[in-house]
Amino acid sequence: MSVDTATVAKIAALARIKVSEAELEAMVPELNGILAWVEQLGEVDVTGIEPMTAVIENQLRLRDDVINADPLTGGDNREGVLANAPARQDGFFGVPKVIE
Amino acid sequence: MTDLTNLGVAAIRDGVAAGDFTAVEVAEAFNANVAAAAALNAFIVTTPERAIEAAQATDARRAAGQPLGKMGGVPIGMKDLFATKGVQTTAASHILEGFVPEYESTVSQKLWDAGAGMLGKLNLDQFAMGSSNETSYFGNVISPWRRNDGGNAAMAPGGSSGGSSAAVSARLAPAATGTDTGGSIRQPAAFTGISGIKPTYGRCSRWGIVAFASSLDQAGPMARDVRDCAIMLEAMAGFDPKDATSLDLPVPAWEAGLSADMKGKKVGIPREYRMDGMDADVAASWDQGIAWLKDAGAEIVEISLPHTKYALPAYYIIAPAEASSNLARYDGVRYGLRDLPDGAGLQDMYAATRAAGFGPEVKRRILIGTYVLSAGFYDAYYTQAQKVRTLISHDYKNAFTECDVILAPTAPTAAFGLGEKSDDPLAMYLNDVFAVPASLAGLPAMSVPAGLNREGLPLGLQIVGRPFDEQGVLNAGLVIEQRAHFSAKPERWW
Repeated sequence: MSVDTATVAKIAALARIKVSEAELEAMVPELNGILAWVEQLGEVDVTGIEPMTAVIENQLRLRDDVINADPLTGGDNREGVLANAPARQDGFFGVPKVIE
Repeated sequence: MTDLTNLGVAAIRDGVAAGDFTAVEVAEAFNANVAAAAALNAFIVTTPERAIEAAQATDARRAAGQPLGKMGGVPIGMKDLFATKGVQTTAASHILEGFVPEYESTVSQKLWDAGAGMLGKLNLDQFAMGSSNETSYFGNVISPWRRNDGGNAAMAPGGSSGGSSAAVSARLAPAATGTDTGGSIRQPAAFTGISGIKPTYGRCSRWGIVAFASSLDQAGPMARDVRDCAIMLEAMAGFDPKDATSLDLPVPAWEAGLSADMKGKKVGIPREYRMDGMDADVAASWDQGIAWLKDAGAEIVEISLPHTKYALPAYYIIAPAEASSNLARYDGVRYGLRDLPDGAGLQDMYAATRAAGFGPEVKRRILIGTYVLSAGFYDAYYTQAQKVRTLISHDYKNAFTECDVILAPTAPTAAFGLGEKSDDPLAMYLNDVFAVPASLAGLPAMSVPAGLNREGLPLGLQIVGRPFDEQGVLNAGLVIEQRAHFSAKPERWW
């Protein structure tokens, strides 16, 4: 499978990355080169093989059902959460208007 | 007095404990080397005051007769992928420029708790995506090594942990943290004549490490020798409830367990790694490594890892897929860069921010990842790659019924010059052909220096072990180290 300019533009839109026409033109052959190379995986017989989900067998754990059991990852830390925000207002993240 | 910057982790720890020198003297000596090495561009920010503060604390503990910790008095470099509270953490990207974490990564906290101090945050490939340290927003790291042809071509320090490898080999730090997703500890270690180990997936907590590909990312130490790696890995490893994939296992005493006796051990040599047109010096160093392990009492067995050739293409589906998902968080809302064109709405802000904040290689991987996960292509690419990954893991399981560790070259060549591969993404990806398979299977793997090639550049040998058998890997590494007598170091030009 190979991609054309329209497909790359669609992928870039899905990935929320703005790309110029010139960038699109440059990306098409690059991505096609990589995709053509990964196509070789199609040769592998995977009959009866499950896709890997965990590289090392491990039990999934649940944390204790305690509020703020670990204060480092718990709540009630508005200042810390907002400390690196590019824009903030009234204790919230600031974003451009989303409702017309 | 000896030049303290020629000492490694064990020698510093023991010297400080014995009172041969103070931790502050050590920190000052390394701070001075860091300050004099701006030409290497190994650090994004330097933190000499942090190194001194930690050293003062160590000296005070010693004066008070308290234990100094596994890394007591040892200043280290911290790859700028680990969140460090109060110190800018960028992943070498523009989108995180100016980001100052409110918290400390588990691994870095463990190192500070063990008595280490921070010399600074080390440069890397942007979001750890690269094999030459040419994708950093903050410029290339220049390897301290040069070819012996009398020229002064700038060489790649490897990647993504290129700041770490350059700093350790240039004696700017006795050790540094690295992270390895598809070879990012081992390949730079090989390129610069140092040692580095990626432990079993889950040994080191990923909490607070900027995520690239979560099923592959693993932290590990980079240092001058095997013992130093063992010491530092003990300090870094351990169960962390904040990482869902963290292994709930005790941390073995790897340093105390070091042994260069391979009697009764079997070393597997994978026949698929002996590729057509293999670099003659790399092939010769591999043969030499086989002879060294045999000399230490090991039995050499040929093994087969039949799906080796599919590891790299599978990796270049799985890693970008996970990256496209992980990097969705950079949206210009909560932290990092925001690019808000005049009159733009929320969607335009996301797209403009990400266009301005990510470099070309990061964008390339996000787009590949988005494509292989998109409706209609998911099964053909992503599911197929995960099935191939299962087969690669089976290959290793089968091989480890016949051998205890596997020996292979770390990289197909010695270091290349900066700019020699940067125009061709595929040629760059192929540099990780020997490193990626162990990453896909989550296995412990290390690179140790084995010698110099005809150009005077270091070559590394790689040892891969069973899950949880870091000890077997370190021990085989020690055998090679003791026989290679690798003492070459880059001549100071910076």
